[in-house]
Amino acid sequence: MRISMSNQFRTTNSNGLINKNKILNFTFNGQTFQGYEGDTLASALIANGVHLVGRSFKYHRPRGFLGVGVEEPNAMVQLHEGDRSEPNIMATEVELVEGLVANSQNCWPSVKFDIGEINNLLNRFFPAGFYYKTFMWPKSFWYKIYEPVIRKAAGMGIAPLNPDPDRYEHNYEHCDVLVVGSGPSGLASALAAAKNGARVILAEDKAHFGGSLLNDDVTIGNMSGREWASDVISQLKNLPNVVVKNRSQVFGYYDHNMTVMFERVSDHIEKPSQYTPRQRLHYIRAGEVIVSTGSIERPISFGNNDRPGILLASAAREYMKVYETLVGKKPIIFTNNDTAYSTALEFLKNDITPIILDTRDNSDGELVKEVQNQGIQIRFNSGIANTKGHLKIKSATIGKLDSDKENFISYEEVECDCICMSGGWTPTVHLSSQAGNKLKFKEEIDAYVPDQKRQKETAVGAANGSYTLDQSLAEGFQVGFELSNKFTSNNSKTDTPMSKEPSQESHEKLWCMPLPNGKKPKRFIDFQNDVAVSDVELALREGFRSIEHVKRYTTLGMAGDQGKTSNLNGLQYVSKIEKKIVPEVGHTTFRPPYTPVTIGTIVGREVGNHYLPTRKSPIHKWHEENNAVFVAAGLWVRPRYYPRGNETMNDAVNREAANVRKNVGICDVTTLGKIDIKGPDAPEFLNRIYTNAWLKLPVGKARYGVMLREDGMVMDDGTTSRISENHFHMTTTTAQAANVLSHLEYYLQVVWPELDVNVLSTTEQFAGVAVAGPKSRELLTKMFPSIDLSNEGLPFMGLIDTKLGDIPARIYRISFSGELAYEVNVESDYGLHLWKKIMEAGSDFGVQPYGTEALSTLRIEMGHVAGPELDGRTIPFDVGLNGMVSQKKDFIGKRSLSKEAFVAEDRQTIVGLVPVDKKSKIPEGSHIVENDKAPTPNPKLGHVSSSCWSVEYNNPFSIAIMKDGKKQIGKTLFAVSPLKDISIPVEVVSSHYVDPKGERVRS
Amino acid sequence: MLEIRCPYCGKRSQNEFSYGGDGNIKRPTLGEEINTKDWDDFVYFRDNPRGKHTELWHHTSGCRQWFKASRDTATHEIFATCKMNEDFNE
Repeated sequence: MRISMSNQFRTTNSNGLINKNKILNFTFNGQTFQGYEGDTLASALIANGVHLVGRSFKYHRPRGFLGVGVEEPNAMVQLHEGDRSEPNIMATEVELVEGLVANSQNCWPSVKFDIGEINNLLNRFFPAGFYYKTFMWPKSFWYKIYEPVIRKAAGMGIAPLNPDPDRYEHNYEHCDVLVVGSGPSGLASALAAAKNGARVILAEDKAHFGGSLLNDDVTIGNMSGREWASDVISQLKNLPNVVVKNRSQVFGYYDHNMTVMFERVSDHIEKPSQYTPRQRLHYIRAGEVIVSTGSIERPISFGNNDRPGILLASAAREYMKVYETLVGKKPIIFTNNDTAYSTALEFLKNDITPIILDTRDNSDGELVKEVQNQGIQIRFNSGIANTKGHLKIKSATIGKLDSDKENFISYEEVECDCICMSGGWTPTVHLSSQAGNKLKFKEEIDAYVPDQKRQKETAVGAANGSYTLDQSLAEGFQVGFELSNKFTSNNSKTDTPMSKEPSQESHEKLWCMPLPNGKKPKRFIDFQNDVAVSDVELALREGFRSIEHVKRYTTLGMAGDQGKTSNLNGLQYVSKIEKKIVPEVGHTTFRPPYTPVTIGTIVGREVGNHYLPTRKSPIHKWHEENNAVFVAAGLWVRPRYYPRGNETMNDAVNREAANVRKNVGICDVTTLGKIDIKGPDAPEFLNRIYTNAWLKLPVGKARYGVMLREDGMVMDDGTTSRISENHFHMTTTTAQAANVLSHLEYYLQVVWPELDVNVLSTTEQFAGVAVAGPKSRELLTKMFPSIDLSNEGLPFMGLIDTKLGDIPARIYRISFSGELAYEVNVESDYGLHLWKKIMEAGSDFGVQPYGTEALSTLRIEMGHVAGPELDGRTIPFDVGLNGMVSQKKDFIGKRSLSKEAFVAEDRQTIVGLVPVDKKSKIPEGSHIVENDKAPTPNPKLGHVSSSCWSVEYNNPFSIAIMKDGKKQIGKTLFAVSPLKDISIPVEVVSSHYVDPKGERVRS
Repeated sequence: MLEIRCPYCGKRSQNEFSYGGDGNIKRPTLGEEINTKDWDDFVYFRDNPRGKHTELWHHTSGCRQWFKASRDTATHEIFATCKMNEDFNE
């Protein structure tokens, strides 16, 4: 590593915004450089004479800087190293910090010698649409050969593989007026709105406020533009109703004036506090949005206009004025308008005399006159035909244009080390367009400006096509006052100060130079996607007419920069060839984000465990302490099984399930949805919700219920108990709890508001423990000695309110396992106490906890349906619940059940499957077929919904839903899983595999 | 993200609400005979107008009330919202 000669490209004056007293070291492609505080990576590299930054996307051409900010299409770098490494970062947007590491991307082995550049030599084989045309056939080659090779050759930077170590935040804000951009019109708007009392947020992308005022020599009131900007900012910062944000890009404009802003909080700080996020996303719901986003300079297309050292004239000026950096010492300025002359004047201030080429015949603008007054001869009617210099511009072929400016009439070779071009300006209308504004074409500036608004958005200043300072300030003060007055009605108007800037003449409508004699150099329009004039010509020749099609075929404007510098030049060229005016060609749609946003910012704090809320039962701690392996059940975390010693999952599950069948097991069922239903019409309501009858359910009894959607499909099932005359307690499956509550609320509030019923979720108010197995009665009798738990005292589907010590408890005699079983509920806070008491009392009876896997095994063996069967595609008949359907009353979804397909003779229904070899486990999701050797399409009879290892019979058992299922019982069919290449001969049996008569639950 | 005025809670962001479909649908009366076509119309078929549309929303992460909204399906403009037992005051 060597230290290069430092900062040889700095201006002689020091009126910029960098701090030369603070030197910062940084590394680019392994070489160490020095810059100053206030530099960007771009300005620091340029100050050190580095223009070659990367290679272009398609042809791997050497590329440098085109711009100075968000418009930059070329100078993309891989920033930082390790887990913080970030690809595709615009060097112009990176503020320099001590120790910054950046590398070129899209080049191999190095930026100076890149193998991929062979694409450039072969460029005539890579026309627009090349990939579409070439890699279509044979089809199988795409995945194996074409795609991997193209992926390796193309692409930009490299994404890091490990999680992002930085912290990101989200913030929600409201304001009356959001002002986007702090140029003259933005500052004027913000000041006027703020002084009129509105709540204002002013957002500026750059580190410094002022926009064009930082670069233009203008006077506002009795101050320079720059002084005025900083004066306004300090006024705003002192107002309590104003939030002023720099380094903040409003990148998205969504419905109902929801804008999203991306703030770089600590990227520019060498050692940020650990409490500071790296970046922050602000959701701002603004009453009114003032779009003062300014304009972006347009390049000009000419032969080899993409060499390092060729950049926008405005960028060259900003590098000089803000960053005290010279983009070159032998400049050519090439323009079709007056603004580039201020760049010429800035060079002259540094004792550098530029060559000035102007496509126009003449101009009497004040800037032009001033340049001429300094003795500089301007070459009017001139342009650049071609350039030379492989890794950096060395010379230009400049040419005299003929009178219609379609051809060059003479050429001259001129040495140079930079070309500063200006094709005029494009208003930054992205946000207005995103907001739904129908843009209109403004002939005098040859660009689109906002027109018919759909949302509360108003463009001012250059973004509105108002290019003079007078206009910008007047619009800003006016709009800022008017919009703020909608909120405050203070009528407090701020006077617009007088301003002075050099007069300007109009631009020439010429953005593409003719080709030099006998040569066909590429004239780029879109630098980032390597789209040249010839590609647009080809697309039109091949019959693409719609600008949307030309865009997609050539990829013009489709790169990460969204065509900030290329869209209008592309449109202008299409309109010229097609001989249509630009508005007839139309324009493509802008979409968020305006500039790239890190994924980290979008995700914010919603990473890892914070991705979703986590719900835990009050007994969770005990499960953790007792070696439970957990599983996610929606947002809940539930014990899946409790392994002992070296047990595998299967061992543990079989042990837990067998222990329920033999002794007694307990399961945490707190997660079941619970809904409290109260009111005089509650029985009638349940009668309409459920398929079975509810009017005569006695107090103190529970009943199993099935509810349908209106389309007849089963929505959920569960038991509901009558606590008192008008008070019911409904349980739902864990997964459907929220949907069922919304469903009930819908029918109560929308369909049958006349029913006097209230529903309320009580899921989190009660902890529930299932106590299941032949010894469950003995266990509970020990715990509740005063209660009669016999069949007479608490029969199946009964419930009793009692106390566990001083704690109110409710015991339900219900069973999901198919065994003699109970469920005990207490208030949540006592859940852990209850669980421990049961474990304590159960030690004499061999009690063991069981998790969700054993729970499944037990219910599958019994043929009890659950989520996999009630998958929203099954009617009661399909899942063996036809007996639950009342013939006497109407209920939600009943009419659907009589539809033709639902009463078909061979309608699907639930069956059991046992593998013939009694060993092979049948994967869930397997298809059932009659002949596993039959040619495809092999008719499918049904599918396997749930599988388990039957602890009762010690062989695999599955539930399937199968066409004409009951008639298939006794047959041998095949369960096939083509994805796993599995075919298992299976015998079809009843789904009630264990205790088919249901004697155990009543024992 | 839309901003929706819940008739009970005031203006809140869309992420607190769930969309509830066409607000003009009348469920057939329970127990009433209904032919298959009419039933299918009720269960499955919905108009998909471009422009003003009466629809239902549910303030799921709020007061849990269902209410009516008059919304432009093309521009997302919400003209009015009202309680289920009210009419729009437009």
